[in-house]
Amino acid sequence: MQTLEKAPAASKSSKNILSSLQLDARLLFMLIAIALVWLAFNVFTEGTFLSIRNLWNLSVQTASVGVMVSGMVLVLVMRQVDLSVGSILGFTGMLMAVLSTRAFPMGEGWNGWITLLIGLLVGAVIGAFQGWWVAFLNVPAFIVTLGGLLIYRGGAWLLTEGQTIGPLADSFQFFGGGLNGTLGATWTWIVGGVGMALVAFLDFRNFAQRQSRGLPNRPLLIQLLVTGLSLLLILGFIVVMNGYPDPLTKQPRGMPVPVLIMLGVILTMMWVVRSTKFGRYVFAYGGNPEAARLAGINTKRLMVSVFALLGMLAALAGAIQTARLNSGANSTGTQAELSVIAAAVIGGTSLSGGVGSIPGAFLGALLMSSILSGMGLINLTSAWQNVVQGIVLMLAVLLDVFYNRNRSK
Amino acid sequence: MQPLVQMNNISKHFGGVRSLEDVSIDLYPGEVVGLLGHNGAGKSTLIKVLSGAYSADAGQVLIEGKEVKIPTPRAAQDLGIETIYQTLALADNLDVPANIFLGRELLRGGQLDEDGMELEARKVLERLKVKIPNLKMPVFNFSGGQRQCIAISRAIFFKAKVLIMDEPTAALGMQETAQVNELIMTLKQEGVGIFLISHDMHDIFDLCDRLTVMKGGRVVGSVRTSDVTQDEVLEMIIAGKLPRVLREVA
Repeated sequence: MQTLEKAPAASKSSKNILSSLQLDARLLFMLIAIALVWLAFNVFTEGTFLSIRNLWNLSVQTASVGVMVSGMVLVLVMRQVDLSVGSILGFTGMLMAVLSTRAFPMGEGWNGWITLLIGLLVGAVIGAFQGWWVAFLNVPAFIVTLGGLLIYRGGAWLLTEGQTIGPLADSFQFFGGGLNGTLGATWTWIVGGVGMALVAFLDFRNFAQRQSRGLPNRPLLIQLLVTGLSLLLILGFIVVMNGYPDPLTKQPRGMPVPVLIMLGVILTMMWVVRSTKFGRYVFAYGGNPEAARLAGINTKRLMVSVFALLGMLAALAGAIQTARLNSGANSTGTQAELSVIAAAVIGGTSLSGGVGSIPGAFLGALLMSSILSGMGLINLTSAWQNVVQGIVLMLAVLLDVFYNRNRSK
Repeated sequence: MQPLVQMNNISKHFGGVRSLEDVSIDLYPGEVVGLLGHNGAGKSTLIKVLSGAYSADAGQVLIEGKEVKIPTPRAAQDLGIETIYQTLALADNLDVPANIFLGRELLRGGQLDEDGMELEARKVLERLKVKIPNLKMPVFNFSGGQRQCIAISRAIFFKAKVLIMDEPTAALGMQETAQVNELIMTLKQEGVGIFLISHDMHDIFDLCDRLTVMKGGRVVGSVRTSDVTQDEVLEMIIAGKLPRVLREVA
């Protein structure tokens, strides 16, 4: 049958090695960068950074941005931007705090779930409304969402006349990752076990499929290495999650619920991008909006959907943050949009559209929160933390510019 | 025999610019009608009304004798109208099968059937005898000719009843052009009606049964190719009127 050429040979030899191993250079680079950052901070903090307790906290700290970043990738890929996510987070978070404490009985187990559902719906509606302005009224997304940033931040204050509300219902605190918000050891093992089984199964199946179809494949040794490392990572993750005991019961806390939520969102969105029409159309529009329209795609509806999705994810992050603080505060999520956009861009999403990576964005979020956590541990002031974050963002994108310039066109 | 397509008294303006003024044109099954004229004569605008990319301000479109509304590109596709645009309308960041199936992806178990689409893409590209070894690269990597063939493959895969081709061989070499011309003849025999916009007089006279010349948004005239010479057609394009005594074929 037909033989398929490998990737174009015009690029440098190192790129050839990576592409014949079918490893994504950027993701690999980011993993190495994160590892280096962790090691460096571990040295600076004399072992505190890589302690189980800190890693556990780090995972929760990443959750809020991690949940939103995949939605932002889709918006950026569609050549738009959403500056309002921090304010939607704050507004819906406050709304959920109000509902949980004032509208619904605090003792009921369904309190948390119904509150969350309503919050997600409100986030989706806000997002859809902004998307409608962009798609049907043709107002630039930058402006619409800038307006949203102001409106919903104000709205968060107005909901309670500036008061902070707390504490919240136990069933709502579940989403925050505190003492009421973890899975416990058994469930963590179950989730981890399922994850490992899935990774092993999918890797094996894809390898075998490519083999049988005569497609270029990684050398078996490399595949075993990659799969082995992935399984080891998941195992390590489970051990860390189960290594942090509850001070009262002395039982392992297990995976925090926000981390489970974040992983669920990231994996679902990766599937959406790879395997659904919706994901395909987002990238098609980003590559050539007119081509997407002429191909019969309903581009206006697509635009509204993407903003609605991000709005919903911002509300999910709002639930996580609010539950974690165990109070509704009108400043929650301030400037979160900057972290989310930074994570997406560091992870390889282009601001001009058409190109984006959700796993990359997740690693970008992890990188940024690792740096923030490390800086906190070495007692850098908040001002210096801002300076460092800004510099990291600029350097990451500069690297990206060089990387793209050297790619064959 | 009933015309496949009838466009009657189509008018379209963009702001103050009258792009199409009372344009009427038709197409019979198994026929190739060439559309000729200067840049800005309205040829692309007219076919975009048929393909659903634009909506006409006045006039009607009939497909197989029935009046239809074509508000969107999807509506045109549903009517069996496929279009190859001058700009190709390809998404550069997506690979070849993704572009061929854009908007009409094959699904398996609710998910995108990547393997199935790759196989079908390979088959339809073979019809055009196009050499593209690795289909999974983003299409911006390919040459102009390869990209044009990808755009053409998209239109022929979906078994059009009416095929609109806007400068289909502009970026193609001699061999590829011959391939496309052969394809057009095959489709003709299958009963497909084809609107062909081209600046290449040679191709026009080789392929078209009739031709319609436009100038300034209006139809100058529609003639049988066998009734005119190249010079007379040029005169129609430039002067904007029918040469000497010529029967206008409806």
